[in-house]
Amino acid sequence: MSDLVKIFVPLESTALSLGADELVLALLEEAAKRGQDVEIIRNGSWGMSWLEPLVEVVAPQGRIAYGNVTVDDVPGLFDAEFLTGGDHDLCQGPTAEISYLKTQDRLTFARCGLIDALSLDDYQANGGFQGLEKALELTSQQIVDQVTDSGLRGRGGAAFPTGIKWNTVLGADAEQKYICCNADEGDSGTFADRILMEGDPYCLIEGMIIAGLGVGATEGFIYLRSEYPLCKEILSEALINARSQGWLGSDIRGSGKAFDIAVRMGAGSYVCGEETAMLDSLEGKRGMVRPKPPLPALEGLFGQPTVVNNVLSLASVPIIMAKGAEFYQDYGDRRSRGTIAFQLAGNIARGGLVEKAFGISLRQLIEDFGGGTMTKTAIKAVQVGGPLGAYLDDLDLAMDYETFAEAGAVLGHGGIVIFDGSVDMAEQAKFAFDFCAVESCGKCTPCRIGSVRGSELMAKIQAGENAQDNLNLVKDLCDVMDAGSLCAMGGMTPIPVLSALKHWPQDFKKEDFKVKS
Amino acid sequence: MLKDRTHLEKAEWDEQEALQVIAQFASLKGGLMEALHGLQHAFGYIPTESYELLADAFNLSRAEVYGVKSFYHDFRSEPAGHHVIQICQAESCQAMGSRRLTSHVQNMLGIKLGETTHDGHFTLEAVYCLGNCAVSPNVTLDGRLHARMSEQAIDNLLKKAAL
Repeated sequence: MSDLVKIFVPLESTALSLGADELVLALLEEAAKRGQDVEIIRNGSWGMSWLEPLVEVVAPQGRIAYGNVTVDDVPGLFDAEFLTGGDHDLCQGPTAEISYLKTQDRLTFARCGLIDALSLDDYQANGGFQGLEKALELTSQQIVDQVTDSGLRGRGGAAFPTGIKWNTVLGADAEQKYICCNADEGDSGTFADRILMEGDPYCLIEGMIIAGLGVGATEGFIYLRSEYPLCKEILSEALINARSQGWLGSDIRGSGKAFDIAVRMGAGSYVCGEETAMLDSLEGKRGMVRPKPPLPALEGLFGQPTVVNNVLSLASVPIIMAKGAEFYQDYGDRRSRGTIAFQLAGNIARGGLVEKAFGISLRQLIEDFGGGTMTKTAIKAVQVGGPLGAYLDDLDLAMDYETFAEAGAVLGHGGIVIFDGSVDMAEQAKFAFDFCAVESCGKCTPCRIGSVRGSELMAKIQAGENAQDNLNLVKDLCDVMDAGSLCAMGGMTPIPVLSALKHWPQDFKKEDFKVKS
Repeated sequence: MLKDRTHLEKAEWDEQEALQVIAQFASLKGGLMEALHGLQHAFGYIPTESYELLADAFNLSRAEVYGVKSFYHDFRSEPAGHHVIQICQAESCQAMGSRRLTSHVQNMLGIKLGETTHDGHFTLEAVYCLGNCAVSPNVTLDGRLHARMSEQAIDNLLKKAAL
């Protein structure tokens, strides 16, 4: 037998959806046929989704990447001696030199793609648990202050300062406090939470433990959407491994401090990504939005003080603790500090995840990283921030919270969906209402009824029925939903509707005919 | 999205089995959601007979149990067809032609989203985002994710499933 060669093939949803498992079998079969000894390591994804399945070979000169590999390519790759980094049409060169990856600021996603996601040894060999080890030597207040000083704001979409939220929970007096990780990543165009959970689950676990130490909570829950079954498998195994090594349990690494985590599944409800609906769902109830106050930080899960943070907020904490608040603060601009995971989706040539400091322009992301549209057609509209985000036509906006707020838009969870000229913006506006009607929890009237009326009005406008009058009604309705809804579901549905109307009024102008009432 | 038992392999109502499933979650804080997932996994849907058992186990009324079950899109009232196809209807997949793909599948199967074919072979469902938006449009077949779907690719998938 020849020397053992290590090959990385991601165990990650995108790679699997494009045949990674079949590819592993083909690689093993071909290697056996040729008497070549290989070891397949299942890493996470680097986030270069358009290249999946991305096979990497550990050659003498380092890790060499081959993109979009199919089962049919396998014999040819062996012929081209890819096990020693041989040249081939699919060869992308050394992974670390791929410019899509090289030009990112990988802080939260530093290990994604690099390591075997479930190997605790790999995790620790690449900086894992350094943040927690430091946190174990600090007081709760010191931990919270460090997160506050880092400027970290909630990455789920609302961008609330994480440290301030933690401080409220720390200050609350209660027998039991909770850390709830919101992993109900429902926005179309977003998949960063999934890539992190599938590619570096211990990073999230470490962040949750630090949060527990910071606020004095001993129990954590990960509320995971049911559309992510692979995340459930990987997280469950990671929790077992972490527990067996004493990173979770009643005495974390001999510190005398306790913390443990359970994964709970959602059941296909978008509104359960709203933090109070998520808490009700975790309690085994309908996912109904709660009025605020009381804040979840004071009366959250089972009425106890609760930190509710997005996956990426929690997963950013370990590096903040390990390298310090100032290190993290140095990234970003204005009051948007650190990095954010942008996700390029829809009609895009090079779709995937791009972690960058705040402040990069939308154009740089779409053109330099994304390579323009997949279909080589001109871009008509870009929706940033999920289904409740604005449709934009200005690509020169800086990607930070303040610039987007000034433009009447939201960064949300960092999803960027690109549309070409084939899109009908009136149809998209109608969809925004339809989606709200399907997903509304029904608690408040503006959202429950407004979404249905909005959809009916849009159908009339599209048919040209009293179009101008009905458009005025839509604007009125949006006003009511914006001002009167209990949460962002109804309150932000007007954003995609009104932005579509503002930038593409021609799409709403159908031949007008009057219908007598 | 575990691969639930489907129409043709539908389990008969079995109170003992249901009680066993529920017992696993009865002591969990907020365990009703997990119990519903467990029942759906066992029976392929949430049988109405189970409401009373759930109500007993979680100290709720049957109406409250129904309220929770009916809130969530995932929980079925009836078994699904032998194969379940979900087509993503959200924005990223729309940008890559999911509306056309959906009407293609609807025409081919002669059913609309949310319906099951008369022979019980296929159930077609809408789903709002599978989190694979960099390689849209996406579908799932029996819980397995398939990316960059074209009309031809989905034809092939369905033909394979129909065999």
